[in-house]
Amino acid sequence: MSQEIDRINKSIFTPFNIIAGTIIIFGLIVTFLRFTKGLGAVTNLDDNNPWGIWIGFDLLCGVALAAGGYVTSAACYIFGLKRYHSAVRPAILTAFLGYALVVLALHYDVGRPWRLPYPIFLSQGTTSLLFEVGLCVFLYLSVLFIEYSPAVLEWLGLKKIRNLIVRLTLVLTIFGVILSTLHQSSLGALFMIAPSKLHPLWYSNYLPVYFFISSIFSGLSMVIFEGSLAHRYFHYKMDEIHLKESKDVALGFGKAASFIMMGYVGIKLIGISIDNNWHYLTTRWGVWYLFELIGFVALPAFIYAIAVREKNLHLVRWAALISVFGVVLNRLNISIVAFNWQLPTAERYFPSWSEITISLFVVTVGIVFYRFIVTRMPILYEHPDYQHDN
Amino acid sequence: MGISRRQFLGFLGAAGTTAVLGGNTEAASDKVLKGYPGSFGVLHDITRCIGCRKCEEACNRVNELPLSGIPFDDLSVLNTKRRTRSDAYTVVNRFTQNGDKQPVFVKNQCNHCLEPACASACFVKALRKVKTGAVIYDASLCVGCRYCMIACPFNIPAYEYNNPLTPRVMKCTMCHPRIEKGLLPGCVESCPKEALTFGSRETLLKTAHQRIDKYPDRYVDHIYGEHEMGGTSWLYLSGRSFNDIGMRDDLGKQPAAVYTSGPLSAVPIVVGLWPVLLTGLYAISKRKDKISEEERIEAVSRSIADVNENMKIKIAALKDDMAKEKEAAINLEVRRALEEAAKNSESGQAESGKDELLDKSGEEK
Repeated sequence: MSQEIDRINKSIFTPFNIIAGTIIIFGLIVTFLRFTKGLGAVTNLDDNNPWGIWIGFDLLCGVALAAGGYVTSAACYIFGLKRYHSAVRPAILTAFLGYALVVLALHYDVGRPWRLPYPIFLSQGTTSLLFEVGLCVFLYLSVLFIEYSPAVLEWLGLKKIRNLIVRLTLVLTIFGVILSTLHQSSLGALFMIAPSKLHPLWYSNYLPVYFFISSIFSGLSMVIFEGSLAHRYFHYKMDEIHLKESKDVALGFGKAASFIMMGYVGIKLIGISIDNNWHYLTTRWGVWYLFELIGFVALPAFIYAIAVREKNLHLVRWAALISVFGVVLNRLNISIVAFNWQLPTAERYFPSWSEITISLFVVTVGIVFYRFIVTRMPILYEHPDYQHDN
Repeated sequence: MGISRRQFLGFLGAAGTTAVLGGNTEAASDKVLKGYPGSFGVLHDITRCIGCRKCEEACNRVNELPLSGIPFDDLSVLNTKRRTRSDAYTVVNRFTQNGDKQPVFVKNQCNHCLEPACASACFVKALRKVKTGAVIYDASLCVGCRYCMIACPFNIPAYEYNNPLTPRVMKCTMCHPRIEKGLLPGCVESCPKEALTFGSRETLLKTAHQRIDKYPDRYVDHIYGEHEMGGTSWLYLSGRSFNDIGMRDDLGKQPAAVYTSGPLSAVPIVVGLWPVLLTGLYAISKRKDKISEEERIEAVSRSIADVNENMKIKIAALKDDMAKEKEAAINLEVRRALEEAAKNSESGQAESGKDELLDKSGEEK
């Protein structure tokens, strides 16, 4: 309680507030420019490079890194691993915020954002994988909102609705896993329409499978990574169960991630064999590909394995951080670096400062919302009125 | 700890199914889309083009596109390679190779694929192939996601990047509105060298083959667009390898939609299978919990029963021991009494008294 009072009495000019505030101000300036002068004024996009980091990072990485929601709730409610229960709420919250921000970022990128409901309600282009992505993200965002709502309802003291929604947990979890399977994989399948533009090492008929499998360890790693951040900044909010289970969560998820990442490396090699792309590995693209696959998948998988065997929490967290970077690198490679690889250097894309500003802005907005919610609602602890009834 | 191996493998196996199922059924049939019957196209004979940019001018005029400020008779723009833009549906490029007496000019615009990548990629059906052969765009539906530009293997659609609120995707319409009125496409009409021929695609293919047959030295034996990406309404004849004049010849014969049919066909299977699989996994884990709970209860009750049984045996043994001890104690007492009595008789008691005592102890037993 005394910590709480300390926090209230503190000046609002904390380092966090200053940095976040600056980013948000710059973000708002770019927002204004985007909607008054157009994409041309703020981005380095052009006719050959129609998708930049607002798709490559904000959408692709955002969705992959928000996979912790479906992975954790599936582990707890479907696979019956109940000792991860305390990890579900934070994971659902991050997933919900993640998807909400993906949709926010899309408003900057698409030409007429108010038409975003068109594909769902007005004119369904069912032959497009983007239609599938759009529909699933729309539905999944709704599912995540419902899955997250008990925290709000407990905070507001609305017991009846809260209890009703909690009863839907299993159905929502299954629905969430179906939707996640579909859109996580479809984000990879988006690029299958352009075999002539994506480098053969990254292009594969298995792209959807790669995206789906990597979303699983991406979600697991994000839960560990966020957990370590939450421990640093919101330790005082965590209840005994959360503190007791969190080491188990990190070690258990680390073990699962290690296995899945090893499997992922395996299926990536299968993909190279099937398309017989081995000869590309000796080119400069091959070096970059191996840098991604070995340095950011195989290596963290190995670190996870060692860390779990030695029950070394510190090392597990490092592995999680490298894995998260690995997923980001993979998504950026597919959408930007290895996309249009045949174009001359002068025609290649590199993000502008304004694009980077908006991406930082979106992440910052996410962190601010996370902080607001976590310090008020029962996320890192169980609400005393509802203990033991999950 | 974590997800068990079996659960994990089950998950992987299921994910693999989606990949395996993603074949394409066309491979097994002879069903190939040849476009709308009688649909139109344009044959571009590159060997005839002189790079006068008259087509660009006509295109700009009939489509009412903004003027760039550089007049269309200024041929210096040909010094740099250009692509289609939001204000230019068609551009002519010049290609010069060492040893060439004359440069080669190539007109570039939407090829109007028989199965367009852009239309298959559009998630609001703003792009579609119509019976005239044109691939047309409906700005009233477009969200501006630019996936069509990602999808187009020819890098044709352009975007109004500087329009903040109502940007459109811009590309050649094959002058669809003019065709419907019975007019020629602007570029075809304006070409002074008949490098462009408008007609039904079937006829144009025949014409092209005839030209190659008649002048085998003038042309390479390849009609670009006959098979590229499943075939396009625009067809090209060239005297030089298409790859040398900026037209990729590694695009393959399959239409773009084939590449995405696999993942699309996996969707209904996932929707159908996942609920079963996931509910099954849930049921298994729930049943495991139930069984282990039952086993726990059984084990507890068994151990309680075991304890009771042991207690009974112990108590019985104890009783036995106690009975034996009691008997031993009595015997000891009797013996002591007898010994005492013997002592007493020795110290002057009658022999008969001793006998009586012995009898008494016998009765007690």
